[in-house]
Amino acid sequence: MPALTAQDRVNDFVIKIATVNGTGSASANALLMKAIFRSGVPVMGKNYFPSNIQGLPTWYEIRVTRDAHTARSGRIDLMVAMNAETYGKDMREVDSGGYLIYDSTWPRPALLSREDITVLGVPLARLCNERFKGVRTRILMKNICYAGVLAALLDIDLERMRELLAETYAKKPQLADSNMEAVQLGYDYAKQHFNCPLPLRVAPLDRTAGHILIDGNTATGLGAMFAGATVGAWYPITPSTSVMDAYKAFCDKWRVDPETGRRNFAFIQAEDELAAIGMVLGASWNGARAFTATSGPGISLMNEFLGLGYYAEIPAVVFDVQRVGPSTGMPTRTQQCDLLSCAYASHGDTKHVCLYPASPEECFYFAIAAFDLAERLQTPVMVLSDLDIGMNDWMCPEFKWDDSYRPDRGKVLPLEEIVKLEKFYRYLDKDDDGIPYRTLPGVHPKAAYFTRGSGHTQYGAYTEDSAEYQIVVDRLLRKFGTAKTLVPKPVIEMADKRTDVAIVAAGSSDGAVREALVVLAGMGIPVNYLRVRAFPFNDEVERFLAEHRLVFVVEQNRDAQLRSLLTLETQVEKSRLRSLLHYSGLPISSSFIIEGVLTEVAPRPLRSVAPVHATGTPAE
Amino acid sequence: MTFIPKPKVRHPSLPRNDLGLTRRDYEGVLSTLCAGCGHDSITAALTEAIWGLSLEPQNIAKLSGIGCSSKTTAYFVGGAHGFNSVHGRMPAIAMGANAANRKLSYIGVSGDGDTLSIGLGQFCHAIRRNLNMLYVIENNGVYGLTKGQFSASADIGTKAKKGEKNLQPPIDPVQLAMSLGASFVARSFSGDKRQLVPLIQAGLRHRGFALIDVLSPCVTFNDHEGSTKSYAYTREHYEPVVNADFVPLEREIVADYAEGESLPIVMHDGSRILLRKFAQDYDPTDRVAASAFIQARQKQGEFLTGLLYIDESQPEFHEVNGTPDAPLNSLPFAALSPGAQGLAKILSRYR
Repeated sequence: MPALTAQDRVNDFVIKIATVNGTGSASANALLMKAIFRSGVPVMGKNYFPSNIQGLPTWYEIRVTRDAHTARSGRIDLMVAMNAETYGKDMREVDSGGYLIYDSTWPRPALLSREDITVLGVPLARLCNERFKGVRTRILMKNICYAGVLAALLDIDLERMRELLAETYAKKPQLADSNMEAVQLGYDYAKQHFNCPLPLRVAPLDRTAGHILIDGNTATGLGAMFAGATVGAWYPITPSTSVMDAYKAFCDKWRVDPETGRRNFAFIQAEDELAAIGMVLGASWNGARAFTATSGPGISLMNEFLGLGYYAEIPAVVFDVQRVGPSTGMPTRTQQCDLLSCAYASHGDTKHVCLYPASPEECFYFAIAAFDLAERLQTPVMVLSDLDIGMNDWMCPEFKWDDSYRPDRGKVLPLEEIVKLEKFYRYLDKDDDGIPYRTLPGVHPKAAYFTRGSGHTQYGAYTEDSAEYQIVVDRLLRKFGTAKTLVPKPVIEMADKRTDVAIVAAGSSDGAVREALVVLAGMGIPVNYLRVRAFPFNDEVERFLAEHRLVFVVEQNRDAQLRSLLTLETQVEKSRLRSLLHYSGLPISSSFIIEGVLTEVAPRPLRSVAPVHATGTPAE
Repeated sequence: MTFIPKPKVRHPSLPRNDLGLTRRDYEGVLSTLCAGCGHDSITAALTEAIWGLSLEPQNIAKLSGIGCSSKTTAYFVGGAHGFNSVHGRMPAIAMGANAANRKLSYIGVSGDGDTLSIGLGQFCHAIRRNLNMLYVIENNGVYGLTKGQFSASADIGTKAKKGEKNLQPPIDPVQLAMSLGASFVARSFSGDKRQLVPLIQAGLRHRGFALIDVLSPCVTFNDHEGSTKSYAYTREHYEPVVNADFVPLEREIVADYAEGESLPIVMHDGSRILLRKFAQDYDPTDRVAASAFIQARQKQGEFLTGLLYIDESQPEFHEVNGTPDAPLNSLPFAALSPGAQGLAKILSRYR
């Protein structure tokens, strides 16, 4: 990337904070990020944390981005190196011309120094030890204190911080005061000892109005409540647990009858993921909107029941917050590695409707769409976000709600229709769309039918007859064709100039791709872009692929799962799809995509078909 | 099995229940199990019991896993929805269904393989939640559909049809349920309909998880000499210890029972069961003592039958969850979604 001058860096730089988990650094980082956000300057925050409760290294990256990019840029301009254990590595990561802040209470190893960056020492521990009492308080305040140092160095408005602390500790004003004291301590020290502000700094803008900072899991839980889901069953698993936490917290506030104190929802912590999805199917079969949240290992366990849901045609909503696999993998790192296992989950011929949200905003809207689709299509619907979307705070336009929305409960026969029937048959394709009618228990004896995962006829009876079996599975395929017309369409962005080169991506790769498109356009390389938002692929996806000579498929897994799905389920020639694969566990950066495209396009003509693989280092 | 469909003709003098329905109205499709299968007797007992309680067919949900026993939910109450799910996972389906609509009567039928091997975890957790359902295990000690392997309930020393001896200790669902804190634990025998029918009725009226472990001999794979789950062996070794007579609310006044011999238990809906004890020192309301008694008799080769333990005071799932009386699946959308104003209020925290 071309070198940037200092004045270019106002509202456009990256801070990385290295701390130890369990020391309260999350509050300090949230405070910093939100103070910048409230100054009207767009921000992106990414948390790289260990699968551990206390004592291991953790990092937080804040990108101050006046152009509102939502991905990592791939560079680090200012490192707050609070963790002695990772100090050397953290120092190496800073880009040339950048800054490093460290706790100068203790001497740092002389060997670890760089001539091309500016190192600023602040005796954070000493300042806090002199001011605060108690081991725990001193550790917590040390982290709040660096927020104050950064406020001085980056010209962040202290009033914003004071206001945020007052909101956070509305019920414990003394905590707001002591936190502010720690902020002030760091702020004053920096003002006295350094030239403030640095060339990297925050200048108030007005680019965050109408926006919120929210993580995808919270948005998902909120969406489930707004969609009218009444049964949530799950087994705790990182990084999906906070979906259920959010759903419960919102329901505790909005779904409790003020007079009776009764809860208009059932919240069930299951014994495992097998049970969790079973409960969802049982509840949906019985007419409630029900869902579960899980991650890759949970999807593996749910396979059997997902096949039953597909074949017996029972709605279900599964939120899969993807993490690094295979097996236990890296539970606190991000990937898009469940695309294939979700699309074809379970043995036998099965295909599932999958949605791929690209932001917390889409997590909210797709949560609602998922319930509508599941009930309309009478089948499990999986929503695949990932740890990056699910657990990081993203700047999004405020969610909107249309009060005229009513849930689509699909083809459920009401009592008045049932009594008119001579006899009810469960799996007939009466409307020629592959979707049969269903009935709910508790309505009328005439509506009774037997739900089974064994071979059945279109009338709902057990069968081992080849022709009867095929009638049902062929209709299921037609139903999948109907799904194509109902799922969210792709988002297509055409370059200003004509081109036959394109990028196809899904989910959380979106921000990095969009930033890359801007940079590439600036280099004279126009690239069109299609973001897949659902499986099965709509006709728009098919058309777009056909219209391009060279298509980069950008995704965050090793095995090119999206590319595989595209080659399996569309007519595209495999040779026109080039993979750009990022699977280090960190969110994909725009620079990775730019470099990947440049290896094939522009100065050099088309050559190799080998995929470009990312290196695993956090600084790439 | 027979291939002759049941005639639709009904004799006008067939007895009718409070809903005006005959026993025939509570039948399902024809059984495809082997002639003489214990499971078919249990199906008959279920039909009789449900008819006797005058339950409306559509207000019953029949749930099962996989196996011979799990097929039987198709053979009773054709007017009720049935759900033949996957192997060992019926409790999860029951939990979800019950969460969605607490008003229905849930009847789960499972087998010893379905419950005690592949489904052991879900069985235990359904007990732990005190899920309001009747859970019948049709227990024959053997896998039938896969042709005669021992199940986890096979006794030490019992012989397979081909002569192989089982050397692993059995998992006893009754003792397991007692130790897990189950609120209703019963054991019976498919050949004793007089004992089984009122037990099923009491189990259906019990508020919480009602387990009935029914010894149900497999005529094809486990009814030979040397098997401890054959008809002959079972008849010889089973010992009724507490019989239950179910007394519906409306008939309470005419109930006639001798003081001292019988122990009346008031069910949650006000109906009663009268426990007739055959062993004076047996107390079906004392978990520790009852467990010890069952174990001591088991050591002597006897298995006790009847309503072995009951506790009507334990809260079931919905009481713990705090759900309203109206089923969750019946709540209007307005009660579930906070609307545009609510959303704006919620999002103000994220600005």
